[in-house]
Amino acid sequence: MSLTQPVASDHQLARLLQIGMVLEEVVEARAHKHYEALGDDELDPEIVALLEDAAEESGEHRRRLESLVDELDADPVAYEEIETLVAARYESDTDFDGVLYDQLCNEETAYKFYDDLIAAIEGSAIEFTIDRERLIEVLEAIRAEERDGVEEVTELMERRR
Amino acid sequence: MNTQAQYLKTIYLVQEAADGPASTGAIADRLGVSPASANEMIGKLEERGLADHEKYKGVSLTDDGISRARDALQTYCIIERFLWEVLEVEDFQAEARQLESVIDETVAERLDTIIDRKDCCPDCFDAETDACELLEVEVTSGPAD
Repeated sequence: MSLTQPVASDHQLARLLQIGMVLEEVVEARAHKHYEALGDDELDPEIVALLEDAAEESGEHRRRLESLVDELDADPVAYEEIETLVAARYESDTDFDGVLYDQLCNEETAYKFYDDLIAAIEGSAIEFTIDRERLIEVLEAIRAEERDGVEEVTELMERRR
Repeated sequence: MNTQAQYLKTIYLVQEAADGPASTGAIADRLGVSPASANEMIGKLEERGLADHEKYKGVSLTDDGISRARDALQTYCIIERFLWEVLEVEDFQAEARQLESVIDETVAERLDTIIDRKDCCPDCFDAETDACELLEVEVTSGPAD
């Protein structure tokens, strides 16, 4: 017995991919905000590099998701819109430990999201407009990069202890 | 949100509306499952110390059960408000119900960083409309810009 619903339509799949895009946009925008708020004085080069990589990787993931969303004839979510929302609710009192913790949450959350999404797609018997094999391939590749990201942040946190 | 969380949320809403124990039938109806399925899960919740089931009366959540149910309801509120405010989905209740099993609590917490959820959440949730009461006020004036 389970209430877990497999992805039931193109529409629902598009919605989930849009949510993935938003999560990536949140990561990217928060990484920029952290850098803007703390700058080179507060952040050591290792953390600055981590934030740059995170923002770059999220931008790349967003573009990959956008190409899938386009194929499903749905609207992508504009980055500028999410950037504004992140800025509106960003708390600038975050210190460098807070930044690392935030990055860890970002990577873990994204990993969990893609993991659940892949399971929900695999549990579905629906034939999507988009090629299922390619869809899973793209999502699995992104998930693997999120897993690497979790490890990277964890290692950095351990080194700083 | 996992199956247990969905049950806890539902039992909580039904018992709040009834101002007493929730009937198995009402729980099953609201979740769209058979009474047998609902009974099976309620048994598991009892074993885990999250609910008490009294024959002919119904199910009541324990303090621990209520606390987890409120967390689950909050996650649901985040999904609804996110759909409405950010993605401008008009039928956000129906879509939230479809998405809640795929959107985990940790994912909802991230989405929460870009929405304007009030401190009273989840007390402002209206089980009748299946939406936040405060959101309903905005619904009448159309989607947010």
